[in-house]
Amino acid sequence: MSILVDKHTKVIVQGFTGKQGTFHAEQCIAYGTNIVGGTTPGRGGETHLDRPVFNTVRDAVDGTGADASMIYVPAAFAADAILEAAEAGIKVIACITEGIPVLDMLKVKAALDFYDATLIGPNCPGIITPDQCKIGIMPGHIHKAGSIGIVSRSGTLTYEAVKQTTDIGMGQSTCVGIGGDPIQGMSFIDVISRFEADRHTKGIVMVGEIGGTAEEEAAEYIQANVRKPVIAYIAGVTAPAGKRMGHAGAIISGGKGTAADKFGALERAGVATVRSPAEIGQRVSDAFTG
Amino acid sequence: MNLHEFQAKHIFSQFGIPIPRGFVARSAAEARSAAEELGGSVQVVKAQVHAGGRGKAGGVKLAKSLDEVTEYTEAMLGTRLVTHQTDDHGMPINAVMIEEGLDIAREIYLGALVDRASKRVVFMGSAAGGMDIEEVAATEPEKIVTVRVNPVAGLQPYQCRQMGFALGLTPAQIKQLTQIMKGLYRCFEERDLSLIEINPLIVTSDDTLLALDAKINVDDNAIEVNRQAEIADMRDLSQEDETEVQAAEHGLNYITLDGNIGCMVNGAGLAMATMDVIKLHGGEPANFLDVGGGTNKERVTEAFKIISASPDVQGILVNIFGGIVRCDMIAEGVIAAVKEVGVNVPVVVRLEGTNVEQGKQLLAESGLDIIPADDLTDGADKVVGAVSA
Repeated sequence: MSILVDKHTKVIVQGFTGKQGTFHAEQCIAYGTNIVGGTTPGRGGETHLDRPVFNTVRDAVDGTGADASMIYVPAAFAADAILEAAEAGIKVIACITEGIPVLDMLKVKAALDFYDATLIGPNCPGIITPDQCKIGIMPGHIHKAGSIGIVSRSGTLTYEAVKQTTDIGMGQSTCVGIGGDPIQGMSFIDVISRFEADRHTKGIVMVGEIGGTAEEEAAEYIQANVRKPVIAYIAGVTAPAGKRMGHAGAIISGGKGTAADKFGALERAGVATVRSPAEIGQRVSDAFTG
Repeated sequence: MNLHEFQAKHIFSQFGIPIPRGFVARSAAEARSAAEELGGSVQVVKAQVHAGGRGKAGGVKLAKSLDEVTEYTEAMLGTRLVTHQTDDHGMPINAVMIEEGLDIAREIYLGALVDRASKRVVFMGSAAGGMDIEEVAATEPEKIVTVRVNPVAGLQPYQCRQMGFALGLTPAQIKQLTQIMKGLYRCFEERDLSLIEINPLIVTSDDTLLALDAKINVDDNAIEVNRQAEIADMRDLSQEDETEVQAAEHGLNYITLDGNIGCMVNGAGLAMATMDVIKLHGGEPANFLDVGGGTNKERVTEAFKIISASPDVQGILVNIFGGIVRCDMIAEGVIAAVKEVGVNVPVVVRLEGTNVEQGKQLLAESGLDIIPADDLTDGADKVVGAVSA
């Protein structure tokens, strides 16, 4: 029914007792996510939201059998938190934190090669398998268990795609927000390859934006490897060059990474594209009735 | 964040990267005494602005006497420099650099940046120094030499030699290049840079390598987490867009554009998408504005003030997909702002997500002239219609 996370996933929260960690852990618990505890260094042994607090991720894994983590620690400490989770054997690490220095992520990315861990983000809404497991800050109520896999670099734009696929009745298998930073954990290709292999995912929605070449690389991959219908939207047709559009990664530099380049690459790869995010739902619907 | 040339060179000197002798000056008198101190028959007067292309725009002058130093400095200070990298308005010149004139035998390009595709710091070099490197990259990419640095091992001497030989340098010059590249890499790492550029790196007639120009771009995130205090103090707000700075102080991400439809959106991706949809429906966005994921009523009010302060704005589209943000809270913010700011252009509001019904009801009952929209398409249609009417 899903990729990466499901109802069996045991989740801990890093930065559990902080304001953000507390608020979103409560939301995830209310959604039904199996939050088994969390970490805040120095507060091990306490109870928070009726769940145990640990000093280290290692202790949390030993004490709860957690296999996923949701990170809310401040940007200055986030790289450390990601590596602590990987070292402790966490398999799925969703880092929500935004504003992590790029060189920190460069090192984290290289170090993660040594672990059997999948990083989602940073600077992302997280991952959700509707009705089973929500790890992140997305509003649960707009989701519906179903058959469309959604992968996106943007938060609220993902919600547009989610709501529309819910409204047309197809729902989502899993939604992954890969985040808006230049150096990230999972790429479009990492997520799309899993959707292709997941027998419950019938179609894929990909939401990209200007900057970098991840969408072009995904287009090449899709052309060679993906048989399921893919519907794509790219934000930033009107974005001027040299200006950072909110996300650290959303910038057209040296004439590279324009929306036109990305639409072109996707269309050449046989991907159905829409020029307005409002048309995503309709286009998904068309792919299954046309 | 960008640094001025004189600031970048100050940092270069801390990392052992050779630079010409020179001083920063903020008046003609300071410039003259700097030139006296330097001596020699030729000095260079360079406008300090956050933009490239200064030479062609008249921002770099060769002075052959102290009087010429004074004359060029007076002509530059207090004016604005328009280059191909600035807008028509240009950048204010509040300081100049006075540097010794050098006998240049060769000009090389050397730069480093974070390459997203390879997830490495990449050095780029080109024998075509002094040129617009983006132009070289576009037209003659084979002339650019690149080396990728493994973040675990760091920059290795063989990579510097590889660069040096490819640029046609002599063994003695390659030794100097190796020291320069090692200094640049250390600087890149320790100062959290996202771009460092020497254009040109010169070889003088007596076989010495020097950084004639210096461009540094610092990772804003590193400044935000307070680990680059010295660099944070070098920020020059006069080189930045006033409205964008004001917006950032309120936690808003704002960028001025050329159109007449103001936008207020939550989330960077959705904000870009909203601009695109306006364009798709025949309108032109006046700005990019992301009020952020965890926004509040005050920020919404502030955002409205900033958008409606622009004389170019003839209509406003508010597009909110409430996740964590509740639509009723956004509606309250919009109502408060319209009342407080006295907005006199059409305002179209599209709300979706958490508490959307309460939000719509608040707007409907406010008695204000706010145009509700059912979805993004409807919103774009209505705001474009209202502006062209």
